[in-house]
Amino acid sequence: MKNSKLFLFFLLLGSIIWTLNGCNRNSEVQISEPELPDEISYNFDVRPILSDKCFVCHGPDEKKRQAGLRLDDPVLAFQALKEHPSAHAWVAGDPNASEAYLRMVTKDSVKLMPPATSNLKLEEFEISVIKKWIKQGAKYEKHWSFVAPKKSALPEIANQSWAKNEIDYFIAEKQEQRGLKPNDEADKERLLKRLSIDLTGLPPTISMMDRFLADKSPLAYEKMVDELLKNPAYGEKMAIYWLDLARYADSHGYQDDGYRTQWPWRDWVIYALNKNMPYDQFVTWQLAGDFLIDPAFPNKTKELLLATGFNRNHKITEEGGVIQEEYRLSYVTDRNDLFGKAFLGMTLECAHCHDHKYDPLSQKEYYKMFAFFNNIKEVGIESVIGGPETYAKKPLMEITNEEVKSILKFINKPDTNRLIVSVMTDMDTARKTFILKRGAYDAPGEEVSPGTPNAILPFNKNYPKNRLGLSKWLFDKKNPLTARVFINQVWQEFFGKGIVKTTGDFGMQGELPTHPKLLDWLAVDFMEHGWNVKRLIKQMVVSATYRQSAVSSPEKLAKDPENIYFSRSSRYHINAENIRDLVLASSGLLIPKIGGPSVKPYQPPGLWEGATSGRGLLSIYVQDHGESLYRRGIYTLIKRTVPPPTMSIFDASNRDLCEVKRLKTNTPLQALMMLNDPTVLEASRVLAAKLLQEKSNPLDKIKKAFRMIVCRNPSQKELDVLNVYFMNQRSKISQAQATKILAVGEYPINPNMDKKLLAAMMRVVNTIYNLEETITKS
Amino acid sequence: MMEKEILEHGLNFNRRRFLSTMSLGLGSVALGSLMIPGLLNGGDRDDAGFTPGIPHFAPKAKRVIYLFQNGAPSQLETFDYKPKLCEMYGLDLPPSVRGEQRLTGMTANQASFPLAASFTDFKQYGKSGTWISDIMPYTSKIVDDICVIRSMYTEAINHDPALTFLQTGSQQGNRPSMGSWLSYGLGNENKNLPDFTVLLSRGIGNGQGVYSKLWSNGFLDSIHQGVQFSKGEDPVLYINDPAGMARNERREMLDQLAQLNQMSYEEFGDPEITAKVKQYEMAYRMQTAVPEVMDLSKESDDIVKLYGPDCLVPGTFAANCLLARKLSENGVRFVQLYHQGWDQHGNLPFEIKSQAKDVDQASAALVTDLKQRGLLDETLVIWGGEFGRTSYSQGKLTPENYGRDHHPRCFSIWMAGGGIKPGMVYGETDELGYNIIKNPVHVHDFQATVLHTLGLNHEKLIFKHLGRRYRLTDISGKVVRDILS
Repeated sequence: MKNSKLFLFFLLLGSIIWTLNGCNRNSEVQISEPELPDEISYNFDVRPILSDKCFVCHGPDEKKRQAGLRLDDPVLAFQALKEHPSAHAWVAGDPNASEAYLRMVTKDSVKLMPPATSNLKLEEFEISVIKKWIKQGAKYEKHWSFVAPKKSALPEIANQSWAKNEIDYFIAEKQEQRGLKPNDEADKERLLKRLSIDLTGLPPTISMMDRFLADKSPLAYEKMVDELLKNPAYGEKMAIYWLDLARYADSHGYQDDGYRTQWPWRDWVIYALNKNMPYDQFVTWQLAGDFLIDPAFPNKTKELLLATGFNRNHKITEEGGVIQEEYRLSYVTDRNDLFGKAFLGMTLECAHCHDHKYDPLSQKEYYKMFAFFNNIKEVGIESVIGGPETYAKKPLMEITNEEVKSILKFINKPDTNRLIVSVMTDMDTARKTFILKRGAYDAPGEEVSPGTPNAILPFNKNYPKNRLGLSKWLFDKKNPLTARVFINQVWQEFFGKGIVKTTGDFGMQGELPTHPKLLDWLAVDFMEHGWNVKRLIKQMVVSATYRQSAVSSPEKLAKDPENIYFSRSSRYHINAENIRDLVLASSGLLIPKIGGPSVKPYQPPGLWEGATSGRGLLSIYVQDHGESLYRRGIYTLIKRTVPPPTMSIFDASNRDLCEVKRLKTNTPLQALMMLNDPTVLEASRVLAAKLLQEKSNPLDKIKKAFRMIVCRNPSQKELDVLNVYFMNQRSKISQAQATKILAVGEYPINPNMDKKLLAAMMRVVNTIYNLEETITKS
Repeated sequence: MMEKEILEHGLNFNRRRFLSTMSLGLGSVALGSLMIPGLLNGGDRDDAGFTPGIPHFAPKAKRVIYLFQNGAPSQLETFDYKPKLCEMYGLDLPPSVRGEQRLTGMTANQASFPLAASFTDFKQYGKSGTWISDIMPYTSKIVDDICVIRSMYTEAINHDPALTFLQTGSQQGNRPSMGSWLSYGLGNENKNLPDFTVLLSRGIGNGQGVYSKLWSNGFLDSIHQGVQFSKGEDPVLYINDPAGMARNERREMLDQLAQLNQMSYEEFGDPEITAKVKQYEMAYRMQTAVPEVMDLSKESDDIVKLYGPDCLVPGTFAANCLLARKLSENGVRFVQLYHQGWDQHGNLPFEIKSQAKDVDQASAALVTDLKQRGLLDETLVIWGGEFGRTSYSQGKLTPENYGRDHHPRCFSIWMAGGGIKPGMVYGETDELGYNIIKNPVHVHDFQATVLHTLGLNHEKLIFKHLGRRYRLTDISGKVVRDILS
């Protein structure tokens, strides 16, 4: 017994060591090619090593540079060493004359690089990569993501009959290189559920399922794609990821964390996504809508302004006594960092206090970008916590009921209260921008003017030096990052992870793309087709890659445990918001209204009260009733300092800062929530009641519940287990117990129903809600 | 047969887990042992003969209890005795002392900065002769067990960033908090309870909110998130079964569920399905373990006397201290308490007395209790707030009343137990209690020291996220070796 456990331990330890060894290699090598590649590529093999282990001291950051040696720049790297003019870091073709290499392999611990104090260490494999690279001529390449994408020819593949569109060619190429075969297409029921959840965040209805199962035409699937893309729920689903990126919330975020009314901006996002506004326009309006206001089109003025609410979603302090400039500058910083992470896939924030240590971005360039966002007519603190006048901060816009009836019809304004939203307007005279030494608000250095990082794309002199000019630069077709970064975010939404796994970092420290040619092909194609988002999404979901089943064979798990090569569909839990949607929709409780003020559904008592200063509208959780209990997850009110637990338990963002990737975890709190959350229990009761009122036998009722929740017909075995459970519960539950079991949720109970029967059926339905498959993309 | 199956699922699961999280380092082991409790050690860690997690060197402390005094208690009425303030009572703070110090917007426009002496007296206690104010009578009895640091300083001047800085090492949000780092670095000791738990209470003093972001896992796996235990019927979110659900019925339901999920596993071969079943099992065990540990009704009269009668009133600081001892005793790695109400901008003499009364007896009792159980050596107890308070009065200074504004330049905390030298005072401030003149301890130094007592090198406990290596201590921090035992 004891021995077997020790054995287990060593096995596990072995797997850890094996894993850790692979960690710092690029993903191409990591999984199936432990030996050195024939051709060493600087971008894909060497640079990740140098960037991770050497650039901290021998990279772009001038202040931290040691011995005057810079290894990220080929010109400087080949120069004679400052401290040993007779030697060179690299000598092409000759590792043993390359001082940098010699320092990596020396036995002299004083000379060894990286030094022990850095806590960094080169693996043997990494050293051999560098050695071979030097032997092959030590050739540098420009960082892949800074070279504009090109559309390459479709690769030659053996399995041409499998491919449904271009995506599949690129996917098949890599699979075939590694001896992987794609899975068969998923069965129709699972495929429809996957598609419906991905496009609308809602499970398919029974009638949709029946229709799709009955439609034998080869176009059946594509018809379904088109239908779902037209469903207004599409905008609500796609908005989730955008709200994470835009760090949207319903509270100001600091200290007392007072309420804010930024939700009309959220309604606009859903509206714009639904009408398929091209991506370049969608973003430009949000970054610079105020510059697009044209007296010739007065009807557009308000909508343009509302879109700019995007960059006022950040946290704003209401804490008395703060220093104005410190906070105002923190808002500008937030916008600048968001711009980097969300649109350029660059960790700009690293250059906030010093030159970037890994990417070619100087602190000066950081503040040149900063200058674009430094001109808003705003202050650090406008008001402390208070009444409705504090729900938005200047600059703000007011939305009247007349406007909602005429030019802003997409706003779901339920009452006649004054409605204000924080938006963007620039100062008449530009504020000066200075480099902030060490990033400190009170240590201004050299003055800078607006500009963009040269390494990405020089700023076109014809563009205005304001946010509109910045947007033009962003959507300049020569900008190498914008389209790629967006494609990657969308890919992640549909395939579970990006082609570049570090969605927010396309820089030197980011992961390399697993399918660079595919990413580039899609990026160029996207730009060629007018940044058309729905078209892009359709391309993805009609591909054979997307349609594969999610079965993982032991062979595939061994060869490609992370499913980097997409030879199966990835399984993972759906968005927190969509878990709620699934529960409400399948039980028939969902109120499909779009937009409006955020709502407060059931929440365990005391969460807000236990963590509040006692000030403001959000100090006490006053739960809503009626329809507001059954709105989609995207409308659950987010108080930043105490985000809704049903959301955070399932990995939703807390909306503190821009997020472009959610974690996907599996925890006991998730189990507890699915078992005991009143929303799930109430839905179980309501669906059970509905089924019991139908004229059918119990087996059919269970079958129908399973179809509505899991979105497929149960197998006979599954049905048997549930049916035995049902019969068993029906015989055991007493009348008194049934009354207790049913007393959950505010939705009324039909008093004429057999309580014991209802309670038994409710338990069966609740069990189905707790199946792993229910909340998983399968 | 069963054993073999678990092994297979476990390994599949772990392999995938490790691969998908990359550069996990220490955490992978911690995670492995948490996610599949009992896989490695059959539930009894001595059985397999190793401790979960990998400390960098021999730890002194195994667990932490952090008694956070939220709102920032004044050091001048508690641990930093400044008789000179009596002499200079009412005089303006000399500009030479104030220097370039930035002030909050609350006092920046004050016409004068009249120095305010403490309304309460100080005396020396214990063999160490540590000065403690009269509002802390119980703490004065344990001075020989604790180490008072009078030279803490921070960079933030407002509550939210200062709290966030102390708990996560950065003033901006989104980083893992100290408890999450420890959960990540050391794993768990108890398979039925979370590694990192949070307990809240509140005094009558001017309050500042606490934020669940303070116990967030940031970019670490959410298994490292702090789990709030609250008073009342639902001590952990969603832990109670609904009305009408008996334990055996829950068991029965989970068995059906496991059977159905197993069918799904057979179809998909996805190790996450098995992991999900394990999570439901852990949830089930937590449902028993949590109420058991929360039940204070079986505590002896001596214990109730020690902590004070409030310890039987759920949600009080005293009850939370007693609960913290029980959680810690049961292997919870990090127990974080927050007691709100220490923000005395005005009305300080009245409010601070009441705040001190809330916490004094129970804080001291916790140290005494741990000591008598032989647990103090392996438990680190920390007491303190997010910054200090000014030696001049905010608002009008009268003989009866005054207030103090935020002061980042110095504040006092104490630490006791695992790895810390008892009966000592470290650091010194000037005679006006405004600037540190000896042995300054930056927040990152403090954090580095806490990690050190747990056997972790703060420069090596890292997590790589978006291309950058993150640490609790960000980019600085030195272990304060002088206070280590």
